[in-house]
Amino acid sequence: MYDFSNAAYHKFSFDLDDGCAFYFDAGRHPSIQTQASMSIRAPRKGENYELSVDLNSEYRDKRKDAIKRVIASMTVGKDVSGLFPDVLKNMQTDDLEQKKLVYLYLMNYAKTQPELVILAVNTFVKDSDDPNPLVRALAIRTMGVLRAEKIIDYLCDPLQKCLRDENPYVRKTAALCVAKLYDLKPELVIDNGFLEQLHEMIADTNTVAALTDIHIAASSQPSISPSDPALFPISASVLSKLLIALNECSEWGRVAILNALARYEAQDDKESEHICERVVPQFQHVNGSVVLAAVKVIMIHMRGVRREDLIKQLVRKMAPPLVTLLSSPPEVQWVALRNINLLLQKRSDILSNEMRVFFCKYNDPLYVKVEKLDIMVRLAGENNVDALLSELKEYASEVDVDFVRKSIKAIGQTAVKIDAAAERCVHVLLELIDTRVSYVVQEAVVVMKDIFRKYPSTYEGIIPTLCANLDELDEPEAKASLIWIIGEYANKIDNADELLGIFVDTFTEESYPVQLQTLTAVVKLFLKKPDSSQGIVQRILNTATKDCDSPDVRDRAYIYWRLLSTDPGAAKAVVLAQKPPISIPRTTVSPALLEELLGEISSLASVYHKPEETFVGRGRVGADSLQRKSDVLDDRFSTQKALQTVAAGQQSENLLDFDDAPAVDGRPSGLAATEVLTHTPAAQNLLAGTSSNPLDDLVSIFGAPATPAPPSASPHDIFGSLGINSASPAIQSPTVIATSPVAAPIHQQQNQQPQEEDLLGLF
Amino acid sequence: MASLIAILDLKGKPLIQRSYRDDLPMSYVERFLPIILDIEEEGQQVTPCFSREGINYMHIRHSNLYLLALSRKNSNAAEIIIFLHRLSQVLVEYFKELEEESIRDNFVIIYELLDEMMDFGFPQTTESKILQEYITQESHKLEIQVRPPIAVTNAVSWRSEGIKYRKNEVFLDVVESVNSSGTVIRSEILGAVKMKCYLSGMPELRLGLNDKVMFESTGKTARGKSIEMEDVKFHQCVRLARFENDRTISFIPPDGEFELMSYRISTPVKPLIWVEAAIESHRGSRVEYMVKVVAQFKRRSSANNVEIYVPVPEDADSPKFRASTGSVQYAPDKSAFVWKIKQLAGGKEFLMRAHFGLPSVKSDNDPPAKAPITVKFEIPYFTVSGIQVRYLKIVEKSGYQALPWVRYITQNGDDYSLRTASEKGTAAPIRSL
Repeated sequence: MYDFSNAAYHKFSFDLDDGCAFYFDAGRHPSIQTQASMSIRAPRKGENYELSVDLNSEYRDKRKDAIKRVIASMTVGKDVSGLFPDVLKNMQTDDLEQKKLVYLYLMNYAKTQPELVILAVNTFVKDSDDPNPLVRALAIRTMGVLRAEKIIDYLCDPLQKCLRDENPYVRKTAALCVAKLYDLKPELVIDNGFLEQLHEMIADTNTVAALTDIHIAASSQPSISPSDPALFPISASVLSKLLIALNECSEWGRVAILNALARYEAQDDKESEHICERVVPQFQHVNGSVVLAAVKVIMIHMRGVRREDLIKQLVRKMAPPLVTLLSSPPEVQWVALRNINLLLQKRSDILSNEMRVFFCKYNDPLYVKVEKLDIMVRLAGENNVDALLSELKEYASEVDVDFVRKSIKAIGQTAVKIDAAAERCVHVLLELIDTRVSYVVQEAVVVMKDIFRKYPSTYEGIIPTLCANLDELDEPEAKASLIWIIGEYANKIDNADELLGIFVDTFTEESYPVQLQTLTAVVKLFLKKPDSSQGIVQRILNTATKDCDSPDVRDRAYIYWRLLSTDPGAAKAVVLAQKPPISIPRTTVSPALLEELLGEISSLASVYHKPEETFVGRGRVGADSLQRKSDVLDDRFSTQKALQTVAAGQQSENLLDFDDAPAVDGRPSGLAATEVLTHTPAAQNLLAGTSSNPLDDLVSIFGAPATPAPPSASPHDIFGSLGINSASPAIQSPTVIATSPVAAPIHQQQNQQPQEEDLLGLF
Repeated sequence: MASLIAILDLKGKPLIQRSYRDDLPMSYVERFLPIILDIEEEGQQVTPCFSREGINYMHIRHSNLYLLALSRKNSNAAEIIIFLHRLSQVLVEYFKELEEESIRDNFVIIYELLDEMMDFGFPQTTESKILQEYITQESHKLEIQVRPPIAVTNAVSWRSEGIKYRKNEVFLDVVESVNSSGTVIRSEILGAVKMKCYLSGMPELRLGLNDKVMFESTGKTARGKSIEMEDVKFHQCVRLARFENDRTISFIPPDGEFELMSYRISTPVKPLIWVEAAIESHRGSRVEYMVKVVAQFKRRSSANNVEIYVPVPEDADSPKFRASTGSVQYAPDKSAFVWKIKQLAGGKEFLMRAHFGLPSVKSDNDPPAKAPITVKFEIPYFTVSGIQVRYLKIVEKSGYQALPWVRYITQNGDDYSLRTASEKGTAAPIRSL
């Protein structure tokens, strides 16, 4: 095969004049012919062959038409890479559209034909000198994305010229090209002093975006020192330039500048105030991403503001633009709602008077409605609870089952959140139970159980109504909830033994959660009414220990049995222990993570409510974790913190959060743990949030051969084998309260105590 | 930033795609729909953004298409989602309709647009008017070569220089859309000031409204009513810093048609057109509706082209209507009947009756869908909020005289709906125990 590495030769040989640039003379360029005839143009028929004939046609129109057909084939996914040399011949043209098409083709196939790309260099270089700025920009833009080693070496000179181009359109294209080049070969950017040039033209469109991009790329590289120009430091003078440019550039430029401002660390409170004041007008921008970027900058720099009146004013000004975002298309609304949810966790006062705007519209997509429900409950207070309840009741009669369930849940959350409104909530729930729509009743029963947890012995009057619906319940969660209620109030329900008897009869057919609840409820019944329920408790302990195939159920039955037979007094103390009341958590993420996410408002992290590390950077784990090792310490610390947060969140989702602090914390070396986490495949699942059972993952992480057997793994094992992790009646309930999985920990911790006591009694 | 932008049909087949950063293979686009189906199967919500195996999928729906952006990084989700919406807007403005066919027919120009609207994953020019100046359907020859409009990077990026009109005119449309949910639970007014601008040169405009905040800050007393706008959004031509300082709306307008500003007012107003329906349902045989419409606005005004959509059960048949005004039609495709009234004068009240047969066999497992009644209407020469254009000053260095024209109109918003009462009667208020 011909040696193409001698670029100089080609540069020379392709220096064609315009006139004959359209078709190559086979005799003059044997290289292409050889290439084509030997490897590419093997079949002399078929679509590609016809195209190649047309591409070499002597008529302009025919050639152009052929290019279009090639691009059409490319678009539908056919492989037309074999036509590379033929298309390339059509590159030098004065028809701008044709040029664009050829360039597009090059971008797509440059990687498949790295040897041939070099043939295009000359035209590119020539185009970057074209009198028409559109052509100059096009050439520099395309060269940057070809990503072929050979081209890059020729990119620097034209780029140098284009950065100083008189035309701003060319300059802005060149600015981004520097970022592209940095992505490929950082040393070229630094050696050629492109960064300094970018710093000089900071007010130009795109420059800030390019610099930020380079900054991000550079900061993940170990070899870059803090003083390296690649790290885009924002000095006081740069700051003032940015603030001026902010008012003059395009909407997307504003987003880039605001992102840069968010990185700036203010020297003192005066400067923070200044930045806030200059950024606030951006709230009025019509582009939602500018608004959210401005909110981000304000949230960050407000930390440094000491004047209370200014903070108040900023918070007040933030509300209307956030509300207006709700008139955007649904997808934008959703992004806004996710961010508003975060903002409210930090500053619940921002939208305190605006609950009505979050009321669901009939034609809102479900994902928007669900977010709105969550925010409504967040904003609920004594003054607006009536409106909220009548709204929620309305939703509960809609068609979508999911939404109806979530609305009913929201009623329960409102009851738990606002003491004064609990009675009204209960009333609404009763009305809903009256409808006798199966899933409405079941959900309402589940919610009622939470209300009983929060307000014990307050609404006993409605227990008969709930029990009347016993036959209609077919979902485990609803059944379990009702059984728990019956067990809890066994002494007040005359026919409790009858009711529980129904479940004891069908015990072996029920799902495990229902079995566990039945078991505990019957034991409660026995402790409260020992005389009448001797038989039933005997029966269930027998069935549970002999005929049940779940170790959890069996083990719990054994524990109860032993407790009851050795010391009924202790059994009473354990099983009938006072349960701490539940409450709605104010935040769904840890405070440290909340601060981090607020600093990234409008990004994916803030939309997912997860730290960046949990969803970015996989696929190249090996390289990434290697890099991380050499990273600075605090970087690792933040990674570790994030991983712990997620691990904790996952645990709580599975009701595994134990009082003796998150397992990961207790490890001898937190750092080592993080390293291990990133290495095991299970950890990746955990990070991606795709794993179905985080417990498995955690256990397998801890059990990985490389790990020095961590002590924290043992509590899991112990609890697991004792069958406590799927736990007693109360423990099922808390997840219902929290709409977001991560919200559960508080309840769990509180709910854990009875079981903990169970254990103590055992030992 | 986005690594890749693609447009897919409903089956998840990519119709056109463009990679910007080359850090992920194009084949990921084809995984998009299977993932969505997986999520749906798990009973989860498909949200506009989600992450799988380190790839972030951000998408919007436009009629029968998905517009999708992929990224490996912690991208700016708001920016990308809004960009995708802009992309769909631009394509609609180019091809009238954005659908599979228009994409297949125009792939060349879509590639050009994708190239121009985003570079290296950063959104660039997304103003369709500017794009149309240098990306057009006809190909260009060297002789009549296009150049990038100065506007692409100019400080005034929305207006080109050297525009000339014989007659300099400006048309202002103040359009207010009213949303309502029946009772005064939630009502909001979304207003917009739209402009058609036919002015030469680089004119400086200043718009004066009866803005309460401005009156208060300048200490002037308003003649007549002034209004309090809760949130104002401006076209990028308006100088935001000046508005922040002294509430002056000053700007150099783009040429032609554009939306200068939008505002939101959430003072409760009673629904302009009130509709209520009494439903009498005889299960298994028939259902009867009595619909009342009341025009609750001033007698001087009148609403045009009123259309009232009343939902009926999907399996209703043999419709019979009687209306005291206007005409009624059954729209089985929408499971509703439509009562159309050409002109409805303020303060007036009308009745109509409808009768439908119902099949005797009824599936019981579906709960009755309770879609709200929706209303469409238009009231010219009237704004709910009472907003007024006090002046529009036009200054251009050549000193020409220009004529401003103003027009007001109020219409239904995208959510003007009135919930139907349950069959037993009106919803009972929440009793306390």
